[in-house]
Amino acid sequence: MSSAVLPHHADAHEHPDARRDHHLALLRQVFWFSTDHKVIGIQFLLTTMLMLMVGGALALGVRWQLAYRWEQMPVFGELLSQQFGTGGQISPELYTMLFTMHATIMTFLVVIPVLAGAFGNFLIPLMIGADDMAFPKLNAFSYWFMWPAIICFGFAMGLGSHLSGVEGGMNAGAAQGWTSYPLLSALPQAAPGAEAAQFWWLLGITFVGVSSMMGSINYMTTIINMRAPGMTLFRMPLTIWAMLITAILQAFALPVLTAAGVMLIADRALGTCFFKPDGIVVNNADPTIGGGQPLLWQHLFWFYSHPAVYIMILPAMGMVSDMLSCMCRKPVFGYRPMIYSLATIAGLGFVVWGHHMFTSGMNPALGMTFMVSTIMIALPSGVKVFNWIGTIWGGRPVFNTVFLNCVAFISMFIVGGLSGIFMAAVPVDVYFHDTYFIVAHFHYVLFGATLFGVFAAIHYWYPKMFGRLMNEPVGQLHFLLTFIGFNGTFFPMHLLGVAGMPRRYADPYLYPYLEHLQPMNQFMTICALLMGLAQFLLIGNFVLSWFSRTPSGRNPWHSNGMEWMAPSPPGHGNFDVAPMVYRGPYEYSSPNREDDYWPQWEPPGKC
Amino acid sequence: MKWFWCLFFMFWPILAVVVCLLAPSLGWWFPGESASPLGRRIDHLFYVILWICTVVFIGTQVALGYVLYNGARRTRPGVTEKAWYSHGRHELEVIWSVIPAIVLLFIAVYQLDVWAEYRVKEAFPRQGMLDVLKNLNQQRGEKDSLALAEVMARQFEWRIRYPGFDAQGNLLPLMPDPQPTDLYAVNELHLPSGAPVMINLRTQDVQHSFFLPELRVKQDAVPGLVIPVWFQADHHRPYQLLCAELCGWGHYKMNARFVAEPPEAFLQYLKTLQREQNYDGTAATP
Repeated sequence: MSSAVLPHHADAHEHPDARRDHHLALLRQVFWFSTDHKVIGIQFLLTTMLMLMVGGALALGVRWQLAYRWEQMPVFGELLSQQFGTGGQISPELYTMLFTMHATIMTFLVVIPVLAGAFGNFLIPLMIGADDMAFPKLNAFSYWFMWPAIICFGFAMGLGSHLSGVEGGMNAGAAQGWTSYPLLSALPQAAPGAEAAQFWWLLGITFVGVSSMMGSINYMTTIINMRAPGMTLFRMPLTIWAMLITAILQAFALPVLTAAGVMLIADRALGTCFFKPDGIVVNNADPTIGGGQPLLWQHLFWFYSHPAVYIMILPAMGMVSDMLSCMCRKPVFGYRPMIYSLATIAGLGFVVWGHHMFTSGMNPALGMTFMVSTIMIALPSGVKVFNWIGTIWGGRPVFNTVFLNCVAFISMFIVGGLSGIFMAAVPVDVYFHDTYFIVAHFHYVLFGATLFGVFAAIHYWYPKMFGRLMNEPVGQLHFLLTFIGFNGTFFPMHLLGVAGMPRRYADPYLYPYLEHLQPMNQFMTICALLMGLAQFLLIGNFVLSWFSRTPSGRNPWHSNGMEWMAPSPPGHGNFDVAPMVYRGPYEYSSPNREDDYWPQWEPPGKC
Repeated sequence: MKWFWCLFFMFWPILAVVVCLLAPSLGWWFPGESASPLGRRIDHLFYVILWICTVVFIGTQVALGYVLYNGARRTRPGVTEKAWYSHGRHELEVIWSVIPAIVLLFIAVYQLDVWAEYRVKEAFPRQGMLDVLKNLNQQRGEKDSLALAEVMARQFEWRIRYPGFDAQGNLLPLMPDPQPTDLYAVNELHLPSGAPVMINLRTQDVQHSFFLPELRVKQDAVPGLVIPVWFQADHHRPYQLLCAELCGWGHYKMNARFVAEPPEAFLQYLKTLQREQNYDGTAATP
């Protein structure tokens, strides 16, 4: 068997010069159309990191207004006053645009593409021992379709208004919230941002949808058809299981959003009436002619967007399981329960969308069924938490950046999961709906869990991408500052929610019962600023580590996964020796072996 | 460094619990105890969930801290013991699936009553509302609406329509469509206190949401729908009314008051509205 000649000592046989010359080989290709899944993965990663900074800047604008309402904004205020002569304050229109586009960019251009796009692309073929994706060209298209979406979202923000026809620039940017509920989004006269900007927003969503769809078809086909010999389904790493389940979710849920988007475009441009009831007068315009129902949009939107919440966390769950196991030198606790709970979350994810609509006026009996299904989703989530703790239990953890971010993932996910129960309970949700409690909850899940998982994954797989390790002290400092900044920003939001502070208010202190919360909001804004600045450490570390002189070798973490058999970075076609899989991915610290790991590719009987 | 991180991951849950314990005394908690019976039941449900979640939160964070500490001990210099080679325990998986399932089902079932009372029409306190209307001496037929006012949200204010009085000065029932006798007000909703009252919630333009934080009431106003909402205020005093669903750039300024007052004062208020509305510029007739 040819793979027998490729043990983990393979590093020693490589020429040092060759390594020096080629460790940035993948990076060199990112500016051009490549069909190599690794290049596409890195393209996605770089793009999403850029978008993370853009979305974060928008969030800081929101935070500024909540802390120091109607005051001149530092740095960005100068730009604003140059553009509009507004004196550098955030206008109410601009404020609505800021939170709308913050959410839009963070979900559609950061979290979804960084998980499925960046890590899905990079890892799936490597981890299953394939030489590339099943449809490499489709894969490349899925990346390049992101750019029209980015341009559309840029137009939706009011940038480049002489090209897009968004009259009024950023003050007329899309301002319907990322949920874009009609009629605010269906009638152009409803708000400044509901005119051209809303059209660009919908077009952007459609492009993102096309991109995700191409990706998900590709991931499913690749995982099902292209596994290396010996890679049975139950030898797949949990990352791959999570990617597979995510791709299925994506493929079944996304068409609904795309259809809803097209229906809304038709309502706006072609005079159809899917969402418009008749006789509605907005801003003294002519009454609407219709017979539509705005709640239909909410059903369609959440039928996608609730599963999308799981699309935004399941891959991170899978990756964290893999990284924890490796960093603790211990098999994943309950491999099969982990898979079943992933599948249960995904399955239940399709029947819980109504919990976004408890106060919307839909049939209250539906509220009861949705409550029961939503609360039950805490069960598989809990099983996963217990299993992660079980994975660390009795291990020999290495307290490096990867491990710390993974532990933060668990710790934050516990908070996000528990706060979800409050909202799942309908009567309690009546009070918490559309308050900052909700904002706290989903930031704990999407940032606290997913992004810490992503930070861990960046540090963990960086050597596979660029043949170098990231700087460890800087990584830990980034983690420390982000963790403190994150909790300082988002934990108080729970209390704001309990105090009844509504979301999406440009000036909550207009209300006497909220006035005393301003100092707390100022503290949160300072924490948010700290968190935002800390991300420059990540980016600096990411970029400067390219120029590190120390090669990481093929398997710097002494990990078991198939991706560590390939060179770092892998060449086109990934593996220099045809891969063969002999065991599951979590054989760490086996008592029968001297080494504390037993790679999937190492033939049995060889100690 | 690893000991620092163990403490670090233990420190933050402790801080979180301390902050939550201090929160009510610092004013970072509910805007007062709920001023309605249903609101108090909602608060009770909140505290039930809060207690369960606190126990789970502390339990899981302590478990996490313990396994980290345990792991850090295992990697002390000189300890060569390998990690525990275990792929999991079936019994544990069963335990931590079944127990949470029971707790979660309990939480879900425990909520249903309150929800039914709040939103399911058959469970509305119909008799209580009828008593209020009778007390106000409303001239009503069997099928007339139980609602005492129509709240019409629009960008960015609340328009209130009350039924007016007949020629004898008796209160009329609220009709679905505007009547010549109807009385109007903006951003100020007056209703009797101490008993359940109902409004019909509508919107004139986009979606809004009727939010009375002190009463724990929230209901979206959906274009094209008329949604009955009932609530009961304990005290004679004004409460905050605001919008909780994004309705445009001025979403933050749909500031309004809900004034709960004794039935006589409510009738007096309607009479005042009627007098102002009928004022034709000449001195009052003798």
